[in-house]
Amino acid sequence: MNQHIRALTDPWQGALLLLGAMLCTPIFVIYFSWGAFDTSVWSHLADTVLSDYIINSLLLAIGVGLGALVLGTTTAMIMARYNFVGRRILNWLLLLPLAMPAYIIAYTYTGILDFMGPVQSALRDITGWGYGDYTFPDIRSLEGAILVMSLVLYPYVYMLAKTAFSEQPASLYQASQSMGVTKYQHFLKVTLPLARPALITGAALAMMEAFADYGTVQYFGISTFTTGIFRTWFGLGDGIAAAQLSSVLCTFVFVTLVLEKMSRRKIQYFHQGQNHQSQTRKQLGMAKGAAAFFLCLLPPLFGFILPSIQLGYWATLTYKTAWDEQFTALVLNSLFIALAAAVVVVTLALLLTYGKRLKKTPLLSGNVGVVSLGYAIPGTVIAVGILLPLGWADHAINALWKSWTGELLGLVFSGTVFALLFAYSIRFLAVAIHNIESGLGRITPSMDNAARSLGASPIRVLKQIHIPMLRASVLSAALLVFVDVLKELPATLILRPFNFNTLAVRSFELASDERLVDAAMPALAIVLVGLVPVILLTRAIDRASQR
Amino acid sequence: MLKNIKILSGLSALAVAMLSTSFVSQADEVNVYSARKEALIKPVLDKFSKDTGIKVNLVTGKADALISRLNSEGQLSPADVLLTTDVGRLVRAKTQGVTQAIESEVLEGAIPAHFQDDDNHWFALTVRARPIMYSPERVDPKELSTIEALTDKKWKGRICIRSSSNIYNQSMVAAMIEQQGEAKVEAWAKDFVKNFARPPKGGDRDQIKAVVAGQCDIAIANTYYLGGMLESADSKEKAIAQQVNVFWPNQTDRGAHINISGAAVTAHAPNKTQAVKLIEYLARKDSQQWYASTNHEYPVLEGVEHSDTLKGFGQFKAETIPLYRVGELNAEAVKVMDKAGWK
Repeated sequence: MNQHIRALTDPWQGALLLLGAMLCTPIFVIYFSWGAFDTSVWSHLADTVLSDYIINSLLLAIGVGLGALVLGTTTAMIMARYNFVGRRILNWLLLLPLAMPAYIIAYTYTGILDFMGPVQSALRDITGWGYGDYTFPDIRSLEGAILVMSLVLYPYVYMLAKTAFSEQPASLYQASQSMGVTKYQHFLKVTLPLARPALITGAALAMMEAFADYGTVQYFGISTFTTGIFRTWFGLGDGIAAAQLSSVLCTFVFVTLVLEKMSRRKIQYFHQGQNHQSQTRKQLGMAKGAAAFFLCLLPPLFGFILPSIQLGYWATLTYKTAWDEQFTALVLNSLFIALAAAVVVVTLALLLTYGKRLKKTPLLSGNVGVVSLGYAIPGTVIAVGILLPLGWADHAINALWKSWTGELLGLVFSGTVFALLFAYSIRFLAVAIHNIESGLGRITPSMDNAARSLGASPIRVLKQIHIPMLRASVLSAALLVFVDVLKELPATLILRPFNFNTLAVRSFELASDERLVDAAMPALAIVLVGLVPVILLTRAIDRASQR
Repeated sequence: MLKNIKILSGLSALAVAMLSTSFVSQADEVNVYSARKEALIKPVLDKFSKDTGIKVNLVTGKADALISRLNSEGQLSPADVLLTTDVGRLVRAKTQGVTQAIESEVLEGAIPAHFQDDDNHWFALTVRARPIMYSPERVDPKELSTIEALTDKKWKGRICIRSSSNIYNQSMVAAMIEQQGEAKVEAWAKDFVKNFARPPKGGDRDQIKAVVAGQCDIAIANTYYLGGMLESADSKEKAIAQQVNVFWPNQTDRGAHINISGAAVTAHAPNKTQAVKLIEYLARKDSQQWYASTNHEYPVLEGVEHSDTLKGFGQFKAETIPLYRVGELNAEAVKVMDKAGWK
């Protein structure tokens, strides 16, 4: 109790709590919807579609979590442990699927694998079969959704896992060897458990993305919570029941996060000192090296290269009409908003995680936990959740202004870049927090203590010890937020100011109008704009982890 | 660190500059919230600006989200005009009080009475029709008659249609409920779903593709999707579209299902005069022709010539129910489809 009172009177903590509370508003708005309860709507949902929503959402999230885990861990393991020809190219190739929005890859694969697409047409040409003579798996299914989403989300696991694997000290392996433990046993008993926090964090992020996905499941015709939320809101015209459904989805995510935290709590160890010698990478021979190369090439091949080729082909058909003077504005808008969001979100994440580490109060930990929930809430729901408080703030300011000047000021928050940045902060703070926290975990508390006992202020500890040591995690956090915002659609669509279009908006509008071929050009541009920071930051991350 | 601060302050200056644009309003301008996609409205808005000197500011988005935005902005909202692509959302906007009645002799005179709101809150701008499309190789058009008759056992495994989450299906079923009552439509939906060739997936174009692929023999889709495919840059898509024919159902009774796209002036429009001017412009003959030629929608104005693509689909008799009922019955339609297991 004492602790809580202290927390509220401490300005540093008070400020962080206030910040957290602001970022939680949409989540509060969603849960407040339970104040009104309409049994008839819920009994209709329970009788008809609710079980589909629950089962499909869970299967999708678990499937994507496992898929990302398998792809991410395998590639990270090979990349961290072995040297082989082509490794340098893979270093950034493996991250490229990050730049590919899930709904775009879903549209693209449908185009490739459809009955009329190149794959099945070729199959028919070769075999002489017609329709009904063969069965071809349908990409537009739950399994297909799990596959395409795993292909673009595995980098979350890969990035964290690779750092975790490469930081494991060589001494551990030597110790295992001296005790006669086989390589395989060492991997299972030492390597994997040590990397587990990173792996689970990556998988949890992928799962949250899967929970929040709307574009892919909508196009594939899978009933999940997100499609259900929109169906209830737009179709039944019931905003309250839609908010209640969102809160159930939110609770799923909360459970995922708690499970993640619990699994990490058991293994609270820090590396003793940073001056250990990392394991050197083993040089592979020709045959094994080629095998490693091709194995690692598969995820980016299917998650990036093939779909880009298809998009590129479509773009050649339409570039003359798609490339107008507005196109440059689209690119600049996208870049500006993604960059601004990356700076804002990473700053907020640093403040919050740092505050939590410094004070270690349950209130602040809970704060960080709740703020992370935003990642799994569909962007539209967040957008509507902040329309309400922003509208309220605008009306309050205008009332005040009118009492001074007798005139109305107009909208200050709603429909401005501020609203967009606010929404992005809520939606993507989890990505930044997770990355920074897993980086902070590698800095021992004894370093903090030493610095503080030498008289350094908390700010100075942050600036001179944590930021330099955290550089890799901060950069990867910034990269992920940048790319995520570049791809973000629903919140941008609802909250953006007049005449402010982005590449994602343009490509979605055309794709949702089923003009896939016309959508290819802006989609390709998203991918290309996303590439630049991916390449720059891979290099920066590499340099930082080599220090 | 210093560099970061510089970047930050630069960005915030930019942000402030962009922020301020939202409340510095020019003398002669009109602000549009549009559920019509940018590509399907911007060209005609640009032309309006050129002809009248009135600047148009545009935000596009999903209709319900735009209505929510109007609601939360309340009397401070800068929006003047709301454009939607179905009558249901126009009715919803009116019910929620975010639109206002307007007086315009031009609109009254030009747009047929059943294509406008009784209280003059909204006016239709285009008509969108949803007929049956079939493979002439596998279906004899004599076999086809009405949407109701598609429950016959002979259609088992031969029908493709998209998800019931889609507004066009919701409106189609709502219109049926208005004409036949909920119980009858519920029974129809149950048997109709049993005849599906596959669980609903994809959009309208995908259903047309599935017909040509042989997955099903008939599809239900809006005509402008077929029109778009016929004029696609992708020659494969064009070839697919040429392999289906349009059949207009219910020609001897209630007529084929139609929906509208339309416009309303918002409740707190700061530029009401310009807003009315814009809607009048959108109902002009040349604008109407533009919709027809760019997106293959049917003009609401009588006497506007249809594009060749539209002519190719043939003449048809349309439903004549009061359109607002389609909006009012939307939730019932969704429930009926839920119960029928229409995904």
